[in-house]
Amino acid sequence: MVDNHRYMKRKFGMRMWLSGGWLVFLIAVTLMAPILSPHDPLAQDLFASRLPPFWMDGAEPGYYLGSDSLGRDVLSRILYGARVALVVALIASTATCAIGTILGIISGYFGGWVDMIVSRLVDIWMAFPPVLFAILLIAVLGTGLTSIIIAIIVIDWTRFCRVIRAETMSQGAMDYVSSAKAAGRPKFGIMIVEILPNVLPTIVVLLTLEMGIAVIVEAILSFVNLSISTDFPTWGGMISEGRTSVHQAWWVIVFPLITLFLTVLSFSQLGEGLKDRFDPVLR
Amino acid sequence: MSSFLRIRNLSVSLDNGQRVLRSINMDLDKGEVRGLVGESGAGKSMIGKAILGILPRALKIDEGEIFFQGKDLLTLKSNELRKTIGANAALIPQDPLTALNPSHRIGPQITNRLVDILGWKRNDAISRTYDLLDEVQIPDAERVINSFPHELSGGMRQRILIASAFAAEPKLIIADEPTTALDVTVQKQILKLIREMQVRHGTTLLFVTHDLGVVSKVCQSLSVLYSGKVIEDTLVSSFFKMPQHDYSKALLTATPKYTDPNSDLIPVPEGVLNSVNDEISKGDKEWLDGR
Repeated sequence: MVDNHRYMKRKFGMRMWLSGGWLVFLIAVTLMAPILSPHDPLAQDLFASRLPPFWMDGAEPGYYLGSDSLGRDVLSRILYGARVALVVALIASTATCAIGTILGIISGYFGGWVDMIVSRLVDIWMAFPPVLFAILLIAVLGTGLTSIIIAIIVIDWTRFCRVIRAETMSQGAMDYVSSAKAAGRPKFGIMIVEILPNVLPTIVVLLTLEMGIAVIVEAILSFVNLSISTDFPTWGGMISEGRTSVHQAWWVIVFPLITLFLTVLSFSQLGEGLKDRFDPVLR
Repeated sequence: MSSFLRIRNLSVSLDNGQRVLRSINMDLDKGEVRGLVGESGAGKSMIGKAILGILPRALKIDEGEIFFQGKDLLTLKSNELRKTIGANAALIPQDPLTALNPSHRIGPQITNRLVDILGWKRNDAISRTYDLLDEVQIPDAERVINSFPHELSGGMRQRILIASAFAAEPKLIIADEPTTALDVTVQKQILKLIREMQVRHGTTLLFVTHDLGVVSKVCQSLSVLYSGKVIEDTLVSSFFKMPQHDYSKALLTATPKYTDPNSDLIPVPEGVLNSVNDEISKGDKEWLDGR
């Protein structure tokens, strides 16, 4: 009668350990950046320019991952750059998720003209090329952290809205929704108590995916110099600067790239892992 | 006038104008168990859904009255309808797999509706839940209450749905093919359970099914539906002895005989179907002219 399914312990999984571990590590070093970083990320030292990372000939002590053409320490810049990346990832994706989910559930559940308006809006919105749209927005809003966050929210809420709407529609057709309705639960009650918990696994995946995307968008905007001002280190900015000296000093571009890659990968893998844990049937 | 549930002239159609229910009339007395039989697509479930106010969005009610608790449900505001139906009527849905919310444990699913919607005290609702699970013969209630729906078998889930339907002592229960998704042995237990619960609580029951065998076991009266129209409206005792309408007769003949498993299945003869269809299109024409 009661099957043994629930008594089987689900393994936490290597995927979750690695991705979660990397993100926790990143958050920790970001918080402790002032203590950990060996140099001021902005301090230039033209006598110490293009120093190679510590294992190569000609490395100077203190410059663990080398220095760039202006003699700024790469490691310190990566650590401080992580601040921008993580702040953008957390705030932008959470806000995007909230807006997209609310609109998605409402249009999916109510249908009719509400759905019509929201869906057409999403269609129109998605017809804009996202990166161009972002660049245009920043041009209008001006550079700065808030502008980047706003740009990401404005571009990406449609992604959530589409998926959550479809998910809500399929849940809304289930018998448990009609019996809740017959039992007299009001519409907003049905959306929050009955439907929301069942779309939660999807929300979690999208949210973590969005964190990765936010990091990338921020990097792209920094790359084209539209992020926050150039005197604060960002990964995208480092990649852009490293590009010009890639033959002489490959480490300037490679280390931020690796960090960016690992971070985005970790967000998406964490989402996949969390989805299974939030899904009542797989749990 | 005094009947417990009175449906008059209920017409429902799709938004493309196709009629789904054709001027349905039906009366239920208090404590009556009425079967609603018909082929797939005859509109049996739609009558139940119209009463509970949960018709799919694509369907709209053209006209008619549904008198229940002294009120015409179709004239009520959605807020009042929700309250009247929520407190006085309940649904036993067809598919126990999708009828329980997969994200909530069984216990809270039953108690929360009592608490949130009907304003019960939580402790009362919890003890009521235990009583109900006991009543629907679920052993080990403690464990079931803490289970998620997917951890239980189909028969168990259907028992829980029955318990949940009776939770607020509704006066009317609509059972929408409650045994269709279950295998035969479990079907028999569930039918027995529904019947026992109905007798004990004196609930009026509208039993939607396509199985005449089930009707003969559970119901006192029945309505035969074809293509959204009530073809025959009679007592079960007289129906099986001598059905009035040709279609009903053909339906009875078409029921397979368990005593002779090798006999051929007899379909409803085309002549009968044609005459019923003619009758219906004539009715539709008059109905359209009248509007």
